[in-house]
Amino acid sequence: MSVATVNDADLLARIAHLNAAYARCIDSGNLAAWPAFFADSCLYTITSADNYAQGLPAGLMYADTRGMLVDRVSALAEANIYERHTYRHVIGMPFVLDRIAERDGARVTCETPFLVVRIMRDGPSEIFASGCYRDVAIVTDDAALFAERVVVCDSTRIDTLLALPL
Amino acid sequence: MSTVVPNETHAFPSERAWPDEGLTRIPYWVFSDAEVHAAEQTELFEGPTWSYCCLTEEIPNPGDYRTTFVGKMPVIVVRDRDGAINVFENRCAHRGALLALDTQGNAKGFSCVYHAWNYDLHGNLKGVAFKNGVKGAGGMPERFCMEDHGPRKLRVAIVCGLIFASVSDAAPEIAEYLGAEIVAKIERVLGGRTPVVLGRFTQSLPNNWKLYMENVKDSYHASILHLFFTTFGLNRLSQRGGIIVDASGGNHVSYSAIDHSARRDSDYAKQNIRSEDASYKLADPSMLDGFDEYHDGVTLQILSVFPGFVLQQIQNAIAVRQILPRDVDRTDLHWTYLGFADDTEAQRRTRLKQGNLVGPAGFVSMEDGCVGGFVQRGIAAASGERAVLEMGGALAESTETRATETSVRGFWKKYRAVMGL
Repeated sequence: MSVATVNDADLLARIAHLNAAYARCIDSGNLAAWPAFFADSCLYTITSADNYAQGLPAGLMYADTRGMLVDRVSALAEANIYERHTYRHVIGMPFVLDRIAERDGARVTCETPFLVVRIMRDGPSEIFASGCYRDVAIVTDDAALFAERVVVCDSTRIDTLLALPL
Repeated sequence: MSTVVPNETHAFPSERAWPDEGLTRIPYWVFSDAEVHAAEQTELFEGPTWSYCCLTEEIPNPGDYRTTFVGKMPVIVVRDRDGAINVFENRCAHRGALLALDTQGNAKGFSCVYHAWNYDLHGNLKGVAFKNGVKGAGGMPERFCMEDHGPRKLRVAIVCGLIFASVSDAAPEIAEYLGAEIVAKIERVLGGRTPVVLGRFTQSLPNNWKLYMENVKDSYHASILHLFFTTFGLNRLSQRGGIIVDASGGNHVSYSAIDHSARRDSDYAKQNIRSEDASYKLADPSMLDGFDEYHDGVTLQILSVFPGFVLQQIQNAIAVRQILPRDVDRTDLHWTYLGFADDTEAQRRTRLKQGNLVGPAGFVSMEDGCVGGFVQRGIAAASGERAVLEMGGALAESTETRATETSVRGFWKKYRAVMGL
């Protein structure tokens, strides 16, 4: 059965699984695998609800190729200085807004709420970000990838710095 | 040039005397003392200084306003019906409540939610609810004169669309305050152009505001702490460039131009500095494919105005930064990312991509968000100790080398004059 004909519940399960794998990747520190969640030509950006509502396009991170995501990972590993910390993502149920059948799958527009706790190396765990992923996912028989992931943080405020991706 | 007269009225405890060495030693208590922090509001932010508020383009129409702060003083920045821009304290003259509760909006006037005292777009008190009482009883006394009551009004100055405000009549006119060289470098980036806001972000910094301003003015650290710049030849101390420090010391420009012939030079190799890592390559270097915007070869210009304003050009990433104290060890850094109205689609895309360089997640500015906190924590028990600022000598003047702390010393020169320290 091709995905183009898959029922809504199965499609939702595929996207929820994609999110679960995405969170597990970042939270376990396996950042090198993070770009593989995206299509070659993609959009990944982190912004605020205020900017998003006003149509302001700038992002705290802004990548329109998977290569730029690879560069983000290698900069974090090799170039940037920040205190060691980890995230714990809690990702909610995706809400599918639209699905378009494509030749070998479906292009799904959805929104998914998230909460990210940041755990600093010296102990403090704090709610670092809450918000909503505004995604376009490409779901085929073989794979599910993000063509777009716009991370819309509820707050305009970032504490100290934003090193690891959300 | 006028010089700022040191304030003699605020008496600090004697143990808060500035070190005899002058600008080459910074006592750590300036970053942690609550008394100093409180005095900065009255003597510095409300003193003979100009504080950046927002851009004229952010409030283009009559009634458009934004709320922000001068130090900790909440202010409303509003365009009136004549098109002029007014800045006044965001505080009702009655019992002190905020007048405007939103960050931005459009208003015909401002009415306090508490008791409906209302104000025009100049900050003049125009109405007091139940002023004449109810059914002949109560109300304000006959002698109450609305003209005698109102929020504090600030002086306003506009430079290339940047709105500055001053509480004090003692601040010199803005052109004199900035100095001709600083004005010219603001004009270089913004002159004759219509800026477009691409996004706004606020970064909470876990440190005193002055530690961030020191960092902005510190050309010595840039290519040591930030590997990203150095490796890709965006900013090296050996590049063509220099530092301008204005006569007051408080304002500065650091600039550099890429010189590809200087990418590998022995001075760097000899220092064995971590940031010399030629093996680091980008998978997608399109982010660095800038366009020639200013036709002068300068790819980096960081400009600061005392006390808390930065105008940044890093390639085609243009931004203004507003630095506001929140507490003795908390600072808000407000970023406004800019493009221009005549940008092509490709140019706009370049600016968005180069936005990765700056901001809280910036490849070259991420470290600046945490390094101030490293200092704040490092000096927790060191209020009797002092920082050393001797790189490049003891003066605070313009230089052609960036291996210097000259503009950091300039900041302290101005700070001491304003604070009477």
